[in-house]
This record gives sequence, structure tokens and C-alpha cells, in this order.
Amino acid sequence: MDRRLNTLDPRYYQIAVLSSLLCFGIFVLDFGIRGYNAIAIILTTQCVQFLGTRWAGLDRFDPLSAMITSLSLTLLLRTDLVLLAILAACIAIGSKFLLRCNGKHIFNPANIALVSLMFGSDQAWVSSGQWGSTTVGAFALVCLGLVVLTRARRTETTFAFLTAYALLLLGRALWLGDPLGIPLHQLQNGALLIFAFFMISDPKTTPNSAAARLVYGALVACIAYTIQFVFYTPNGPIIALMLAAPLVPLFDLAMNGRIYRWQQQQGVS
Amino acid sequence: MRIPVLFLSATLTVAISGTAEAFCGFYVARADTNLYNQASQVVLVRDQNRTVVTMANDFQGAVTDFAVVVPVPTFIEREQINVADNALIDHLDAYTAPRLVEYHDPDPCSRHELYSKRAMNDAPSTTLELRNVARSQALGVTIEASYTVGEYDILILSAAESGGLIRWLTENDYNIPTGAEKVVASYLRQDMRFFVAKVNLQEQSKLGYARLRPLQVAYESNRFMLPIRLGTLNAKGKQELYVYTLTRTGRVESTNYRTVKLPSDNEIPEFVQAEFGDFYRAMFVQETRRENERAVFLEYAWDMTWCDPCAADPLSSDELRRLGVFWIGGKGSDNVPSGAQDAFVTRLHVSYDSKHFPEDLVFQETGDRQNYQGRYVIRRPWKGATSCDASAYLAATRERQEREAQTLARLTGWDIAAIRAKIPYVGGSAAEPDGAPWWKRIWQ
Repeated sequence: MDRRLNTLDPRYYQIAVLSSLLCFGIFVLDFGIRGYNAIAIILTTQCVQFLGTRWAGLDRFDPLSAMITSLSLTLLLRTDLVLLAILAACIAIGSKFLLRCNGKHIFNPANIALVSLMFGSDQAWVSSGQWGSTTVGAFALVCLGLVVLTRARRTETTFAFLTAYALLLLGRALWLGDPLGIPLHQLQNGALLIFAFFMISDPKTTPNSAAARLVYGALVACIAYTIQFVFYTPNGPIIALMLAAPLVPLFDLAMNGRIYRWQQQQGVS
Repeated sequence: MRIPVLFLSATLTVAISGTAEAFCGFYVARADTNLYNQASQVVLVRDQNRTVVTMANDFQGAVTDFAVVVPVPTFIEREQINVADNALIDHLDAYTAPRLVEYHDPDPCSRHELYSKRAMNDAPSTTLELRNVARSQALGVTIEASYTVGEYDILILSAAESGGLIRWLTENDYNIPTGAEKVVASYLRQDMRFFVAKVNLQEQSKLGYARLRPLQVAYESNRFMLPIRLGTLNAKGKQELYVYTLTRTGRVESTNYRTVKLPSDNEIPEFVQAEFGDFYRAMFVQETRRENERAVFLEYAWDMTWCDPCAADPLSSDELRRLGVFWIGGKGSDNVPSGAQDAFVTRLHVSYDSKHFPEDLVFQETGDRQNYQGRYVIRRPWKGATSCDASAYLAATRERQEREAQTLARLTGWDIAAIRAKIPYVGGSAAEPDGAPWWKRIWQ
């Protein structure tokens, strides 16, 4: 059993965790996730993945990464227009096939879709406050459980980001003389955890070398902090990842490392 | 004498007024801001980084005791400050307040159908003299500007450090609560200024306003927030705050606290009409507890073009303009038809203290234009004579009345037995519908 767990593609765990979070968000937190958007996103990501696989001439259709992207998008993207949800799904999966460098796609699919729609339309938004702060403890445990289950593969980016971001918030509170309850409240954010464990952690869009991943995670945290607390623009981490992603090929050029492969992975995922 | 300072000053009434027909029921009552003795009301008009904030005063003491200290993100020039009319905020409050509506059952014998439910989307002295310039310099406080606007004397203050500013405010008779220094220091480090206002008695008697009017400030800043931290220092328990936003695109929500819709469209017993205010307060307390006292509640989100049912008429383009909706009206737009307003109104209600709301409220505008209103329904049973066997109607109505009692108990936490005792069940006084199992009432 243990051997089977070891060889199982970690994306199954991710899908299980994201699906549970989605159910929790819909049935307990009453997020305002529109059912038709969720269905549109899931169907569109799979269709575009299928078309992209054919277009790129790959041997095997791989639905898992597209499923993770669709769940992340459903959890984070809010819009009243189903067409925008479909567009988000197209941008997300399309970017994997079109925007590539050194055999890797440049942007995290859900991330590029969110940022494109947030800035390209006033009808799409991310509700970062909707997770509340009381359920975040349980949420964090689930995320950490995921790390344990996946044997901490390439989680340096997540921990570098969370550590650097927490230190920056703590430093800001100390500089301002604010009570520590403020940075703690800022960290108790469900959207931040989804970002840290399911978006920035994407092994396909992070640097190949472990040291570079640590630097990269910290760099995203610095940019996110600047956006959020210097320019006072919401959703700092999501925008920061989009800005930092083009630097990944440079990190790969400067610091050697092995390109990540999912188990049984053959296609673009 | 020390003047108690209002940081985000403001106050909530149940107005029972006339009825008006609408698809969503006949409007019978509303729960407006007079429900609470102490509540702040703030209107935030926002588009891009342009903001107009209107701060309403519920101050009820002697005007000589009035002072307000508000952190503002930028320097404010004289032309950026205005004094508005209380009627504007009163109208916005009435228009957006949670509402009670009623339906009347038709004669069960003339039409054997119940109503069809439509789905709904609803300073001690006058002038703040500049005699203190030297002293303020000694304390490291800069009086960046001093204006008299309407009945107010206003100062824009910045300071090198919070201790000096607190000392300056204390020496100038502002009663600053303990613990303010740290919060003031935090705002100063964030490069914020302090907007300080007192009443100019001479101007006030000249203008003849008995009730202090709302202050308005227009500024440009990326920060879409409301500083509430100073308000939590007064330590008088929880503070009630109403935030109305007027935006172009859609609903506004908090980015650092959960924004939750209050339960709506619930059918509740008829007697609630007489105690709608009590009902609303009790429900609000219950919902606040359900959210661990950390949520901002949405009470109304609506396109300003209409309402259904209307607790008050939508605001006219002139009223919106005076509230600071700068993209509406103005020169050359006199012909804009009333009702065709390019403004979306959001009404948020938050009950806060420093324990559950450690940081200032931060907002974002969303693209959500779905209409929402806090709406509660009472249904009047048919009380006229019947010319047929109405036993089926009576049984259905008694079941409905029981459901309404249970809904009310769930929403408010009130005792179900006390609720049942107030309900005039049709066809008799028994609370249970005929034929209900005997064990249903044992442990209730």
C-alpha cells in the first residue's frame, strides 16, 4: 500500500484537496461560486487541453493538470458572466501550449488567467476576504497534509514565499508599532494559502534548481508585499507571481537543475 | 473642559410608514440606522482612485463638545472639503434599509391558490486659532492647513512623531483615549495626515443649523479603506458602523474580512411588524455570532435605477452629485432622466471591536451587479367570510404559521413558546397543526 502511495501521481491528492475546499466553500462558507461557471471552467479546460494535445502532437491526453487548474480557477475567480469563465479557462490552458521556454510553460495557468481577467475586465474579481480567518487553521492543516503526502516534492517555493511574506508583514507591524494581531490576521487568509500551496508551488513553472526556488519564492513575496502595502492594490501575491514568472527561465539559465516530471507524465501538463 | 473625540462618529430607527405596491410585496416597515443609539454612517464614493467620503454625525451633546479626528491618506486642500446635508444620508439610509413587506392571502374560495412567489434578486470654542503655531512647532506638529467650512473649523495636521501630536491634541482640549498614541504613530508612519474638525459657533449660529451636518472630503488615493482602529479605543463595547458605497461597476466587499449576506426573503409571523426593530437587532446579533463576530454584513446591493419594494425612492442625480458621485450630473447634464443613474449602491453593516477587527477595513469594488436586499415577508391569512369548505386552506395556513414561528426562532434565538403565544393561529389557538404527532412538542 505504502509503495502504491509513493508511486501515485501527487496530482490526485491535489485534486482531492481542492475538491474538498470547493465543497467547503460552497456548502459551509457560501462563497457565491456560481455552479454554471464551475461547470463551464471544468469542461473548457479539458476541451482546450485535448485540442492542445492534438495540436502539439503529444502521445497522450493528460487531464490531471487541467483539472487542478480548473479547480483553482473555480475557487478563486468570481464573475457573473459565464463567457468570462470560459475565456479564463481558455487563457489558462492555452498559455501552457503557447507561452513556452526551454520545454516549460512560463506562467502558472490559473495565475495568468486570473491576472488577465482582473486587469482586462471589470466584471471579474478575486474575493480574497471570503475565506474568513476562523477556518484557516483547519485549512492550513489540510495544505500541510498535502505536503506530507506528496513527500514535500518541490515545496521550497511555498515555504520560501510564506516565510518571506510572514517576515515582511511582521517587520511592517514592528516598524509601525502595530499589535501582532494585525500581521497574524493578514496571514490567516484562505486565498493566500491556496496561492501558496496550489499556485506558486506548481513544479512546472518554478525554477529547476532548489536554491533558485528558494530565491524565487522570496522574490515573489517581496513583489507581493510591495503591491499590497506600498501601492495598496489588492491581490498582491497573484499579481506578483505573474510579474515574476518570466524570470524563471533566467533562473534556469543561471542555476542548473532537473526539469520536473509528474509520474507517468508524457504530455504538456 | 476636555472634548470627547469622535473618530468615526455616527448612529440607527424603525420607521413604520405607509404602504406601496410592488412585485416583491407591499412595503410596510424598515430597519434603518436609528435602531442603534450609537452608530457611525460613512458614505464612500469611489471610482478608480478618486474617493469622496461623507461622514455623518449622530452627535447628540452640546456642539461645543464636538470634535472629530480622522486619519486621511493625503494632504487635503480647502476645495476638497465640503459640508453636506443630513437629508442626503437620511435618504440613502431609508432607501437601502432592510425592509418588511406583506402579502395578503386571497379568499380561498374565490381562487383556490395561494399567492405566487416571485423570485427576488433589494471644541469648546470656535475658531481653532493659529495662536498655537509656535507650540505646535515645538511639539513637532505641523498645521498643514486651517480652513473654516460651513459650521466647522478644520485643521490638517501632520507630525514628526505621535507623542507630539497626542500632546498637541490634549493641550488643545481634545480628549484622546488611552492607547491612541500607538495607533496614531502607525498612521503617521503610513504617511497619513489627520483631519481635525471642531464646530465654529459663530458660523453655526449664522447658518442656523441645529443638527451638525456631515463633513465631506474628496481625495485621490489607491487606498480604498476606512480607518476604524482609533474608534475601537473608546472601549465602550462594540461600535456599530454603516458603510454605504456608491460605485460605477458593482458591489463593494471587504478584502480583509468576510463579507456575508444577511438572511433574506424569510417568511416571519405577522406580529413582527410591530417589533421589526427588535427582530432585526436580534437577528443581526445571531448572525454576528454565527460568523464568530468577524464578518462585515451586506444589507443591500442594488443598481440605483430602481427598487422593489421601495423603502424610499431612489436618490435623484442631484442628490447623488451632492453625495460626491462625480461622474453623474454636473454642467450640461440637466437632462439626465431621474432613475437612469450610473451608480451601484452597497450597504454594509459591521459591529466591531479591536479584538475581532484588529486592522482597518479594506475594500474592493467587484464586478457583481446582482441585486440583493434584506427583505422579510409577512403573509396575512384570509380573514373574510368563506362560502365553501376552507378546511384545507386553514390547515395549510396553520402549517405555514408554524413554519414562520420556527423561522423566527432560528433567526433571532427567541423562545419558540413565546413566539407561538403571539401568533393568532387560524381556526383556533393550538400551535400545532391538526394531526401533528404528539411528540413534536415534548422537548421544545
